[in-house]
Amino acid sequence: MADLPLGARPLGAARSARPAPTRPARRRRRWTGWGFVAPFLVVFAFGLIAPIGYAVYLSLFREQLIGGNSFVALENYRQALTDPQFWASVRRVALFLVLQVPVMLILALLAALALDSARLRWAPFYRLAIFLPYAVPAVVASLMWGFVYGSQFGLVARLSSALHVGLPDPLSGSWVLASIGNVVTWEFVGYNMLIFYAALRSVPGDLYEAAEIDGAGPARIARSIKLPALRPAMVVAVVFSIIGSLQLFNEPNILHWLAPDTIPPNFTPNMYAYNLSFSGQEYNYSATIAVVMGVLTMLAAGGVQWYGRRRMA
Amino acid sequence: MTATTTRPARRARKADAAQTARKANASGSPGSRKRHSLILSLLMTVMLLYALLPLFWLVVNSSKTPGALFSTFGLWFGGPFALWSNIHQVLTYDNGIFVRWLANTLLYVVVGAGGATFLATLAGYGLAKYDFPGRRGVFAVVLGAVAVPGTALAVPTFLLFSHLHLANTPWSVILPSLVSPFGLYLIWVYAQDAVPAELLEAARIDGASEMRTFFQISLRLLTPGVVTVLLFTVVATWNNYFLPLIMLSTPQWYPLTVGLNDWDQQSFTAGGQAIYNLVITGSLLTVIPIMIAFLVMQRYWRSGLAAGSVKM
Repeated sequence: MADLPLGARPLGAARSARPAPTRPARRRRRWTGWGFVAPFLVVFAFGLIAPIGYAVYLSLFREQLIGGNSFVALENYRQALTDPQFWASVRRVALFLVLQVPVMLILALLAALALDSARLRWAPFYRLAIFLPYAVPAVVASLMWGFVYGSQFGLVARLSSALHVGLPDPLSGSWVLASIGNVVTWEFVGYNMLIFYAALRSVPGDLYEAAEIDGAGPARIARSIKLPALRPAMVVAVVFSIIGSLQLFNEPNILHWLAPDTIPPNFTPNMYAYNLSFSGQEYNYSATIAVVMGVLTMLAAGGVQWYGRRRMA
Repeated sequence: MTATTTRPARRARKADAAQTARKANASGSPGSRKRHSLILSLLMTVMLLYALLPLFWLVVNSSKTPGALFSTFGLWFGGPFALWSNIHQVLTYDNGIFVRWLANTLLYVVVGAGGATFLATLAGYGLAKYDFPGRRGVFAVVLGAVAVPGTALAVPTFLLFSHLHLANTPWSVILPSLVSPFGLYLIWVYAQDAVPAELLEAARIDGASEMRTFFQISLRLLTPGVVTVLLFTVVATWNNYFLPLIMLSTPQWYPLTVGLNDWDQQSFTAGGQAIYNLVITGSLLTVIPIMIAFLVMQRYWRSGLAAGSVKM
């Protein structure tokens, strides 16, 4: 970038007393970028690389009755692969991913198309209000919905008895995953809507005019212009939703207190890793679970990105 | 000297404004003078109610006494109006621990989110506007990390920090919050178009140092991108739960989120006093500042978000 002739940089020349001004100017130029990047890289190394490295290191050891802490190579990973508790949690978040993410993204997409259609009155107000729950902490969202779901002064139970309809208990075994899905959808539908909306807005207006002149109807415009424009945003939204689902923790961990039977400590992989660390003091195995889930998440997210890029090419 | 540096900046800003104006006129779809659709309004109102009803519930129930919470209908006011006494109780309960949590949260947000935004802006700008040895490598590593979820790191970070005796200190919450690869990515995308190379060249010719150019010229052009990143990081740190939950064991260092959860759990532990009215009113007090910040910042940030989401 910025490949201007070297003579156009008198600043470096003025600073340097050397006879050949181009060399030092160039070197100054080349290394200044590091000054901007270095502070970030220091915290990046300490806050991100080091924990990952340490988790991988821990996952190769095990606290044993005889011999204390010893190197066990991939023994912890073998244990994880055959751990029914772990796989139950993985299956649960996979089910969550398959059910909750499409519902949330389709709702977000429809809302974004409505905002962009120019046929909605007070569109900016709707946009802001639907986006607002994104700012609510997951803790508060879960507490609020928990009060709505819960048996003591739950709105659902009260409505159920007032209307004489047998609404199911939202925290019972067959409904609890859907109830958590509702909390997550409530928090993030507006956020995804905004991602889609931003993508739709980036379409130049001339394109629509040209399509209209060519006789394209609204359906054709949606299919040929809007959907292709949405594809990169869709990839972003799906990637973030996959990460959010596989790494689910906050909402079930808070609702766990209301429904300890239907939300067990291994409800999600993250809850399992957390409880292994805290209740079980099994740090090595906990680190192993975290590493396995990190790899699974990156594979899933990377797969979607790769697929999206291939489709776009 | 100042004339030559500011004129291109002003020109760039003007071009930017013209571009937004053009986009606004185009207004997405064909035929900008379309009639408003009633069905669309109805459907979107359903979405709107879904988004706002829980918040309305929160406001309504913050005004109730503990007794009325159980005996009155949840979606309307009932019983004596107890909002002020609830707020007073929240702020004074347990020697005013809530105020301490609020101060902690502010500390984590100002240092953590502010620091993360600053570092991401510097680095994203550096990557976009300078060529330096190892640039491709840095970029590849940081981009790879965008997909590393923060929640996946909570347990490993806790294990490392407790090994280093950093757990249960404010640093254990602040340090991990300082890393925002996604913020860096957004700034990198944004800086490419927002800061013209000729402008930097002009500043160099005028003899401005690189840092001075950054602070006095580039930063101003980057503002929408920076505000976007700030909004993301502020919301993330204000709402952060998993990391402080796992790191902190003394209530004195809790942020609001962990503290509220602690209050909520009281009612489930043997001998614990149920303080639902404090949990609900405390939740309201936790939500209000972040919503104000959110509403103030969202005005600036749309163009920044658009740049990031479309190019990824």
